[in-house]
Amino acid sequence: MATEAVAPRRSVGHRLAGLFNGRPRLQVGALLAGPVGWLVIGYLGSLAVLLVAAFWTVDPLSGELVHSLSLENFKTLVDEPVYRDIVGRTVLIAALVTVTDAILAFPIAFYMAKIASRRGKAILVVAVLLPLWSSYLVKVLSWRTMLSSDGIINWALEPLGLHGPGYGNTAVWLVMSYLWLPYMVLPIYAGLERIPNSLISASEDLGASPFTTFRRVILPLSFPAVVAGSIFTFALTLGDYITPRLVSNNQFIGNVIFNNISTNLPLASALALVPIVVMVAYLLVARKLGAFEHI
Amino acid sequence: MTKQRTHSARTAWLIVAGLLAFMLLLAGCGSSSDDGGGGKELTKLGKGEGQVDLISWGGYVEPAWSKPFEQKTGCKVNNKVAGTSDEMVQLMRTGQYDGVSASGNATARLVDGGDVDPVNVDLVPNYKTIFSDLKDQPYNTFDGVHYGIPHARGANLLMWNDDDVKPAPTSWDVILDPKKAAEYKGKISAYDDPIYIADAAVYLKAHQPDLGIESPYELNEEQFEAAVNLLKEQRPLVGEYWSDLTKQISAFANGDSEVGTTWQYQYFALLEEGKPMAASPASQGFLPSEGATGWSDTWMISNQAKHPNCMYMWMDWIVSPKVNAEVSEVFGEAPSQSLACDQTADKEFCTKYHADNPGFWKRVYYWETPVADCGNGSSDCKDYNDWVQAWTSIKG
Repeated sequence: MATEAVAPRRSVGHRLAGLFNGRPRLQVGALLAGPVGWLVIGYLGSLAVLLVAAFWTVDPLSGELVHSLSLENFKTLVDEPVYRDIVGRTVLIAALVTVTDAILAFPIAFYMAKIASRRGKAILVVAVLLPLWSSYLVKVLSWRTMLSSDGIINWALEPLGLHGPGYGNTAVWLVMSYLWLPYMVLPIYAGLERIPNSLISASEDLGASPFTTFRRVILPLSFPAVVAGSIFTFALTLGDYITPRLVSNNQFIGNVIFNNISTNLPLASALALVPIVVMVAYLLVARKLGAFEHI
Repeated sequence: MTKQRTHSARTAWLIVAGLLAFMLLLAGCGSSSDDGGGGKELTKLGKGEGQVDLISWGGYVEPAWSKPFEQKTGCKVNNKVAGTSDEMVQLMRTGQYDGVSASGNATARLVDGGDVDPVNVDLVPNYKTIFSDLKDQPYNTFDGVHYGIPHARGANLLMWNDDDVKPAPTSWDVILDPKKAAEYKGKISAYDDPIYIADAAVYLKAHQPDLGIESPYELNEEQFEAAVNLLKEQRPLVGEYWSDLTKQISAFANGDSEVGTTWQYQYFALLEEGKPMAASPASQGFLPSEGATGWSDTWMISNQAKHPNCMYMWMDWIVSPKVNAEVSEVFGEAPSQSLACDQTADKEFCTKYHADNPGFWKRVYYWETPVADCGNGSSDCKDYNDWVQAWTSIKG
């Protein structure tokens, strides 16, 4: 009985195998059809639809979309000073967060890669990854509580006669720097791991001071890793809208998109183009700096 | 290496070119399917269709009263919770829902867009005993035609921390007059929504009569600019803009906010936590001298409703005395059903929320959708899209 049931299925499999045999292009094609189809239709396709909407307008009376090409939304973005402020603020905070994370992450990553024992290394990797196991919202809301005027930060600073930053741009910068730090530590750690210790020894043997070794050997070799990490921190900050909402009153690009998405989809789409353009420019610079050479 | 790179670069350009072509194709043939809307109302209630698909505010459709409805009518309730009025309009336009609990800042948009049908109130027996000051309002009745069943209402109160704000304010000037508000710089709490511009208009209506503001939702260029400028002056003084109520409750509880606009729900929640909160007392009619904005929600039926009979049964169910009392207490708002006041668990509930006090509601300007054609004949009012853009520039 069992053999009877199995036999026909086998022959189909055999026939299929025969079809693919000796046809490498067909093999690759069948293997990639699913993922590539998903990427092109599901992802790039929907992105294209979104961007097309940037050229539409909204009928002021009914609020319905007018499907005809117009550059009105882009004109609004350029002409209204408020949008320039918002874009400037978002890019500036993203850059600040990136620089902060790079400065904080480098020593941590260096210690993990070059100094810590194997056991210590494992513990540190877990410690860096641990915050990623808890919800993003929980972390932002904890910061909200800490930064409030009765919060622990003001309580700790009070004896020194100081006052915490409260809610605002500084708070956004602090929270974002905290949130995205692991995304900077891990690429730098991986980059530093790849630098052979013999290069550092050689530099020392040739009489270079530790600072020179760092400047001439370690930094150039690990720089692509820093740039790779910065892509994460920069892009994640650029797109976030919940943190600004919870710890400041300021609008970032994401907030304005969120506010407009249901009343003025075309304007929201036009705004969505801004981070894409900024990110493409950033990636081009990153490629020039060699961030993708080891990927 | 270089050869490979040029090859991959060419592939990349091909992909970009292909996408561009695809985009242009889409932009070119984007069809606009417009139908003018029905205008047909149900004349006779038939048998239930077995299910009903609703869009509602969180807390409006809860198992406590939707399960008994299912048992009674055989209509299975599928509920989609929406976060904002804008989202409700968006969802209704998909045509996949039978009805929505729309606030006044969405109803006109739905009627104008032809997304909803008139409601035959004779098929909703409980409509008769709904508070009469909720019927035939500009946000639920258009050209004399009923477009919905009033669900409940609430007002935007002025709330302050009694320990910090002295003397007790009697007017919105405590947060809107730039000089007086400066005293509470960084401690002011304001509602985070374009409709908040109407609060400034209510204030200006009383304090700058030469602007000639009639309704805070029908503002011409000059009136609108005055309201927007007032809020721009308020902006640096605001400690926090709130949109979800837990955020505001925590801000007042922590002392980050001391005075601001709120809903009855947050006020009573903070009092229950034992916080020293205060709001306008009975001697002032429970509202600041200018009056206040508020909302009144309406159940509307989609013009593409697949289950109209079940939707009518739902509209009657949700304003039946017992259910209307339950839903109002859960959400913290005044019931629309006059008989609901005998059914509330907290016997003081209707008094607390002024449900049966028409004098209170006379001074409340219910949210409406700002539209360009605002009844003065010249269509020169600012529409909701202008309000959204202005709100972005106010917050900066």
